[in-house]
Parts: sequence; C-alpha cells; structure tokens
Amino acid sequence: MSIGIFIIVSLIKTVLALFVLLTAVAYTVWLERKVVGHMQNRWGPTRVGPFGLLQPLADGVKFLFKEDLTPPHVYKPLYIAAPMIAVAFALTSIAVIPIGNWVTIGSLRIPLQITDVNIGLLIILGVTSLGVYGVALAGWSSNSKYSLLGGLRASAQMISYEVSLGLSLVGVLMLAGSFSLRDIVDAQAGTFWGFIPRWNIFYGGQFFAFFIYLMAAYAETNRIPFDLPEAETELVAGYHTEYSSMKFAMFFMAEYANMITVAAVASLLFLGGWHGPVFGPPLIRALLPVFWFVLRIFVFLFIYIWVRGTLPRFRYDQLMTFGWKFLLPLAIANLVITGLVVAIRS
Amino acid sequence: MVHLILFLVFGAVCVAGAVNLLAQRHPINSALSLVVVMGSLAVEYLLLGAEFVAAVQVIVYAGAVMVLFVFVIMLLNAGVEERTKGSRVALLFGVPGMLIGSVLIGWVLIERTGNPMVPAGALPGAPKVIGWLLFHDFLLPFEVTSILVLIAIMGAVVLASHPDTEQKEKEG
Repeated sequence: MSIGIFIIVSLIKTVLALFVLLTAVAYTVWLERKVVGHMQNRWGPTRVGPFGLLQPLADGVKFLFKEDLTPPHVYKPLYIAAPMIAVAFALTSIAVIPIGNWVTIGSLRIPLQITDVNIGLLIILGVTSLGVYGVALAGWSSNSKYSLLGGLRASAQMISYEVSLGLSLVGVLMLAGSFSLRDIVDAQAGTFWGFIPRWNIFYGGQFFAFFIYLMAAYAETNRIPFDLPEAETELVAGYHTEYSSMKFAMFFMAEYANMITVAAVASLLFLGGWHGPVFGPPLIRALLPVFWFVLRIFVFLFIYIWVRGTLPRFRYDQLMTFGWKFLLPLAIANLVITGLVVAIRS
Repeated sequence: MVHLILFLVFGAVCVAGAVNLLAQRHPINSALSLVVVMGSLAVEYLLLGAEFVAAVQVIVYAGAVMVLFVFVIMLLNAGVEERTKGSRVALLFGVPGMLIGSVLIGWVLIERTGNPMVPAGALPGAPKVIGWLLFHDFLLPFEVTSILVLIAIMGAVVLASHPDTEQKEKEG
C-alpha cells in the first residue's frame, strides 16, 4: 500500500470511527435515561421524536447554545484545558480497538481498525491513565471546595483501581502471548468440547479476572456504585460543579466514551471479540462479526445502566478497602494460578 | 526522513518542557511541564523503535507518578513560589560545569563506542525481547531491585504512621 492511499484510508477510518463513537455516546445517554426511567416506573424521554429518539440531538443543540459561564475565581488556563484533556484522551483510545476482521475492496485489504499496533492494550491502558488529569485539573482549577474534593477523590480512586485493572488483564496476556488486541481475539477462535466457545472467560479460566476487570472498570469510569467524585448528595456535582454549557458536555462525553471503551476492551479480552456464528450471503458474512461485537458492547452498556439503577453509592472507606484489600489480592492470586497453568501446559 | 523530523520536533518539545518546568512559579504548572517532558520522551522512544519502553514510560511516569505529584500538590494546596535571585555559586560553577560535562559525555560516547549512530529499531525493543532480558539474563538484579523497592515502601509506611497516637486512640 503506497503512503498516499494509506493516509487517505486512515483519514476515512478515523472520521468514520469518531462519528460512530460520538453518535454511540449520544445514544448511550438516551438509553440510560430510558432504561433507568423504566426501572423507576417512569417513561424517560418521550417528547422529542418517536420514543424520544431525537432527544440527544435536542440536548446537543441546547448544550451549544447555553451561556458559557466562567466563574471569576477559577485558574483560567487549566479551567479551559481540563475538559479538553478529558474528552481528547477518552476519544483517543478508540484508535487501537479492532471492530472486526479484514475487508477487501478491490486490491486493498483493510483491517477494521484505525491502526493495528503490537502494543495495542498498553496504549489503551496508557491513554486511560492520562485521562485522570482532566478530572483532577478540573477539580483543582475551579478553586471551589466541592470541585477540589471531587478531583482529589477521583485521582485517589483511579490510581487505586488502576492496579487491579492492569493485573486482571495480565492473565489474558499470558494466554494469548501478545499485546495486540487482534492477536488476543484470534487466540479465542473456535470451540472446545464441541460446543462451548473458546473465550477467555470459559476456556482460559479467566472467570475471576473478568469480574475483577469489570468492577475496577466501573471505578475507573466513575460510575455508580463508585461515583464518589461527583456524589450529588455531598459534593453538588463534584469536579464539574463550576462547569456549564459545552465544557460540561465534554466531561459528559468523556465519561460515556470511556464506558464504551471499557465495554469494547472487556468483549475483546474476555468474550471473544467479534467471534460468533457467521452465515448467509457474502455481504451479511462480512457484517455479522461487527454485529456480534456491537451486541456485546450493548450488553455491557446495559449492565452499566442496570447497576446504576440498582446499587447505592459506596462509602469512601468501603471504596478503598474493597480496592486494596479485596480486588488486589484476588487479582494477584489469579495471576499466580494462570501463570502456573500456562507453565504446566507448555 | 519523517522519523528524523519528528524526532527533532519532540526533542525540542522535551527540552522546552524541561525549561518551562524551571521557569514556572506555580508548582502545578511545573508538574504539568514534567508530564510534557515524560510524554515527549515516550514519543522519542517510540521513534527509536522501543515501543514497549514508550508505553511503559506513559503508563508509569505520566500516568501514575505524575498523577500522584499533582494529587499531592492539590492536597497540600501549594501556593505560588517566591522568586529569589539565585545563588552566585551555581551561576559561576554550576552552569559551566554542566555544559562541560554534557560535551564530555557526548564526546566520550562518540569516540569510544565506535558507532556514532544506531539505526532506529536496531536495538531490542519488542516486549518479548525485553521480557526475556528482564526475567532471564538480568533476573537477579531485577529481583534485588524489587526487594529494594519493598524496603523503601516499608520505610515510608513506618515513617508515615504514628504509633503513639494510634495507641492513644485505641486506649481512649
């Protein structure tokens, strides 16, 4: 592939991926309002469009036209930069996530992924670990006590749970022998005992790792029951108390984009990525893997919302005890056992 | 060619970040400049073909160590620093000494090692190679370092805890 075609193809893929991701973010918000509404015996949004389907559009227009207030007591450079940092890092990680196999157009063989690098998983971990700056700096630069408390809680929480999150993934890496997300998915192809898919959650014995990852990821994305950084009942809105208009919307977008990334990584690493039954004419054959992958992400997002509609918030000491004294030892035990199994097998 | 241009650009960003770190008067701005230095260093590693080291640089330094720095600055609410005139000794001996030292190191490296430049990707950079080196060739130094870190952590815990007050709380 010549460099010109490579640049054009990459640009098209980047624009498409961003468009799909941002639309998905908008409709995840709609899904959340609708599902939580029904769980609480309400209707959720119904007024704009059928089933309230145009509500995200209306929300977007509203965010754009609201007055953008900057309180006089903020530290301006960082106050403006913080939401941009948050949303930029949240959107960057999509670059290494594969959504399906290869597509052949003419003589071009294009992977359904913006870029396939051999350290894909490390890039996702690195980018998400930088995302905490957005939240921490927003809390600090707002110069308000609620924001500062929210920012402090967010950084402490995200550092604590990043350890368990990273360790829970090492088992999968040992089984696949690669950091490339595509290799990890390919290692999970096929079935064992005739019918059970060889996903890491079943075959590799990464059952516990999956739940450690899920819980740590909830904490990383500041979702209920780990949403102490923005606990409404104590901190008004936590780190984004002083933000309005599009700057607030950026934090919102970052949170939901992070949720989608977490769901994508969970399905790639533990649930076999895009593997599933493939049948029918060539076009459907090509699109079905993408459909299976999107379906898994949807299930994860639904569980996110389900948990939000069910569980109350942790107390702060419970949060820290759970992270350091329960999740971390469990993750290390899983690591040791997986290592032994891999060593015996080879 | 593209590699060389990017390498020079990010080298310049790295040095600019380091200078800004010293010039800024607010601790949080200095800390963020250090993040820029770490980030551009990671890009330099990446351009040299050491992608694993680059990723680890971002995850460990920019993502964990510097977040803790920022956290501590936020927690202590450190204010703007006072500007002093600086020490005369540093100006007289420090700056020339540093310049001579860096020139000497560069000269020795070029003269003694025989190959002035290494082409990108010629040295081991893949995760597999680094893993083999760490856990096979350099296993003992690696384990000794981990014990050293463990001792440091225990020392920090001992220094940070106040056994007297904890005892009093239990009694009272």
